Formats: sequence, structure tokens, C-alpha cells
Amino acid sequence: MINLHEVIETNKMIQQENLDVRTITLGISLLDCIDSDLSELNRKIYDKITTVAKDLVSTGDKIQRTYGIPIVNKRISVTPIALIGAAACHQPEDFVTIAKTLNRAAETIGVNFIGGYSALVSKAMTSADELLIRSIPSALSQTQRVCSSVNVGSTKTGIDMNAVKLLGEIILQTAELTKDNDSIGCAKLVVFCNAPDDNPFMAGAFHGVTEGDAVINVGVSGPGVVKKALESVRGADFETLCETIKKTAFKITRVGQLVAQEASRLMNIPFGIVDLSLAPTPAIGDSVAEILEEIGLEYAGAPGTTAALALLNDQVKKGGVMASSFVGGLSGAFIPVSEDQGMINAVEAGALSLEKLEAMTCVCSVGLDMIAIPGDTKASTISGIIADEMAIGMINQKTTAVRIIPVIGKTVGEKVEFGGLLGYAPIMPVNPFGCDAFVNRGGRIPAPIHSFKN
Amino acid sequence: MVLDMNRTVITVVGKDRVGIIAKVCTYLAENNINILDITQTIVQGFFNMMMIVDASQSPKEFDKIVEELEQLGVEIGVRIRAQHEDIFDKMHRI
Repeated sequence: MINLHEVIETNKMIQQENLDVRTITLGISLLDCIDSDLSELNRKIYDKITTVAKDLVSTGDKIQRTYGIPIVNKRISVTPIALIGAAACHQPEDFVTIAKTLNRAAETIGVNFIGGYSALVSKAMTSADELLIRSIPSALSQTQRVCSSVNVGSTKTGIDMNAVKLLGEIILQTAELTKDNDSIGCAKLVVFCNAPDDNPFMAGAFHGVTEGDAVINVGVSGPGVVKKALESVRGADFETLCETIKKTAFKITRVGQLVAQEASRLMNIPFGIVDLSLAPTPAIGDSVAEILEEIGLEYAGAPGTTAALALLNDQVKKGGVMASSFVGGLSGAFIPVSEDQGMINAVEAGALSLEKLEAMTCVCSVGLDMIAIPGDTKASTISGIIADEMAIGMINQKTTAVRIIPVIGKTVGEKVEFGGLLGYAPIMPVNPFGCDAFVNRGGRIPAPIHSFKN
Repeated sequence: MVLDMNRTVITVVGKDRVGIIAKVCTYLAENNINILDITQTIVQGFFNMMMIVDASQSPKEFDKIVEELEQLGVEIGVRIRAQHEDIFDKMHRI
């Protein structure tokens, strides 16, 4: 039987160390909504989402009360809209109507984000893919809850450099159209390499075509819990350090598994995966950078940071894998800048640069995330940054992503405030040297040699 | 009751004073909640109690019990939480 000490430990994690379930994300397939008539398509999409997800919010609230664990977000992901809208959309504005429908469905259900305004173009773009990508600036500026992602590369296919070039321009246009709100549209747009089909975390969530009709995916959190646990082994060797992270990750993930199973049972929708990611928030004590500091760095970004992050990421997986029957999504440590107070401090102290962040993305779960850069950055430079990050993902057979915000009208030394879970960020300097001739080549980068495993 | 709420862990944490257990037990008795186990300790003047109870025979919804116990805690100056046992079980047992 459970003892008092264990009960106190669990409740301390929840009350003092910000342990929470970051998101229950309901993935919904929209493949059966496909129609060549645009208004009929929109009607079907709205009806399907609001029917399948009608109990999502109340179920999340119920689980929260039953176990006394905060469930911060309830969210929805849908099949990439470039596929769903292909038969009905003949211009970018047609796709924007679907974005508005998704936004309306999210409002009705009561979820803050809906993901899947996406295109999967890792080898090349269909004309529908290109229309959707071209509609992203309008779609994100005319909706609040819709999140967009584009997968432009994979280890199996190489990198679609035409899409990379286009997305540099699209990101700038999105920034321009949302400049009155500090270019916040770009915070809802992720460019991926090797995007997972079952990621529950926004803004990159979509319901992959390999998935079933509907699925429950859960993302746990808990950087604060890991940080607290590490305080008790200060000065100990790496073996002790790694064991402590592993055990803590196990406990955190078990909560995610419990919540996922319970949500699945109550909603009668299959359980997909638990995403093990350590997801920070701007709240004090809920920071991945503070874990790195606890491991022994003055600031995130100091020499040793990549090694510290590598071991953290690996131990989180090792501890989490045994705690859940299905692990998936991104699973690792997130290193967004604006959403993590420790990362913000590191940038402000001059300890953390874009280049160091790029190195860190080689060993963590995602990529360049929530980074504000000057609004006058060239589109080709943004494409170059994306290409670099995609190459890291392609060669290392991992997911990488870029969620970068060129803040129109602001430059290095200024700050940008996104509010809520998105936090605030100092504008970071970008390497000023050009890469136009590289980006303008067009075509695609072939798949790497180690992708030929057959 | 919607969930098969067999075993619930009630925790009471706060400054020690006369009658904490009495108040909580009275509430549980009035709502037909059976106590299966009680552990209690005082750490540095702070009262820590854990009860494992069976709330399945209670006429009240679990949500209501959580809310009323929390309210009772406010009245007597301690923090009372009721949580399904599974969250502790899953976290600490393989």
C-alpha cells in the first residue's frame, strides 16, 4: 500500500515543482471529409471536429479533479489540410476558409490551439501543397487558434529546397501581416524535418495519415521536478546524476500514462502515445535551462552545454520508455527561448547565441524554437537557417524544427512580448553574411547514403 | 458515480491544532465514506495525515467531495486534498 512519504513526494511535485500534464491532444482524421465542393468540405470538417471532440474539455477537467494533477491544455490535431483541401481548393484564399473553419471549431470545443494546417512536402510540393503554404500568412493572421506546420525534409527523402526557399518568404510575410502583434503569427508556424505523425505539442502537432480515425496523445512536463531532484545530488558524479534524471523521468511519465489511459477510457478513443518531452514554461522553476545550470553550467550556452543537454535528453528517454506502453511524438527536452526563463536569461547575459542553439539541437528533441530575430532579416537568410536545421535532422535521423520569429520593426537589443505560455524574448542577432546564391539554386538535396537500408 | 472510485487518498497538511482528525472523520462518516487506513505524523509542528478511504458508497459525486473537503480545510486552517489512489500507485510502483 502507498505510504505517506510517497504521497507527500507526489503532491510536492504538483504543488511546488510545477508537475503537470501539458496537453491532452486529440488527433482527428479528416480524410472522410474530403469533398470537391468547398462549402460542403468546410461543413463536414466543422461537424466532424465538434462531434468527435465534444467531450474533450470536460474529460480533461474531470481527470484533473480526480487525480489532483493540473492538465494545462486540451488541444486538437487534424490530418494535414493540404491533403484534405486538395480537391476543393484552387487558390490560397480557398484554404484560408478552411483555416477559419478550424478556428471556429476550436472556439466551439473550447481548445486554445488546433494543429494540422499543414503540408508534408519532404520530396516535392503538389500544387495543393504549394497553395496551402502560400495561404499560411493570411490564414495565421486571420485566425487565433490555428497552428501550421510544413515538413520539408526527411532522412528517407532528402530536403525539398524549393519549399525551404518559399518558407523563408512565407515566414517574413506572416511576420508582416501580424506585425501589430509583434509578428506573433510566426509563433504558430513550424518548419520540420522528420516530423512525427503523433506529436501532441503545438505548434507542430498534426494527425498523421498513418494514424487511425481518432487518437489520444498526451504530453507530460516537469522540468521543475527534474531540477529539484538534481539539487539533492549536487556535486555527485555523472552516474548518480544520470540515475536521478532517469528515476524522475520515470515518475513523471507514469502520470502521463495514467492520464492518457483514463482519457482514452472516458472518451472511448484509442490511446496513442505519451510524449516524454520536458516542456518548459515561462514560470519560475519550470525551466530546462535551469536543469542545465543545476548540472553545472553558469548559463545555458556555456561550454559543456551540448554535452549536458545530450545526457539530459538521453536519460529522460531511458527513464520514460519503461513508464509508458507507447512512447512517441518528440520525446526529449525542448529548448525554446521565449518559453523558458533560464534561456531568456542566458541570451540576455550574452551566453547563448543562435549558433550554440543550433549545436544544441543536434542532441535534443526538436530544434530552433521560439527565437526572435530582427524584422529586417532577409528571406534567403531565414531559408538558410531552415536548411541548416533540416540538414541536422536529415543526417542524424531525428526530428528537427524551426520556429523563428522575425519581429517587424524591432532589432537586436529590443524585446518582444508574446504573452501567456509563449512568453517573451530578446531579439537575437543573426549572422549578417548572405546565402542567396545557395538558396536560389532550387531543386532538392538528395537523401543521405545511410537512408538506403533496404 | 461515473468513475469506479474505489480508493481515494485524502491528505491533510497544515499547522497542528485540536480536532483536525475529528472534523475530517465526521465529514467522512456523514457522507458514508469508509476509512481503510490512516497514517499521521507531525514534522516540525506541521500536521501531515494521509487517509485511504472507500468513497464508492457515498451518495455524493466525487467532484463534490473534493470540493467540500477543500472547503472544510479552509475552515479549520489546513489543506485537504482528495485524489484517486492511482496517481500515487502508478508513480511509485512498477
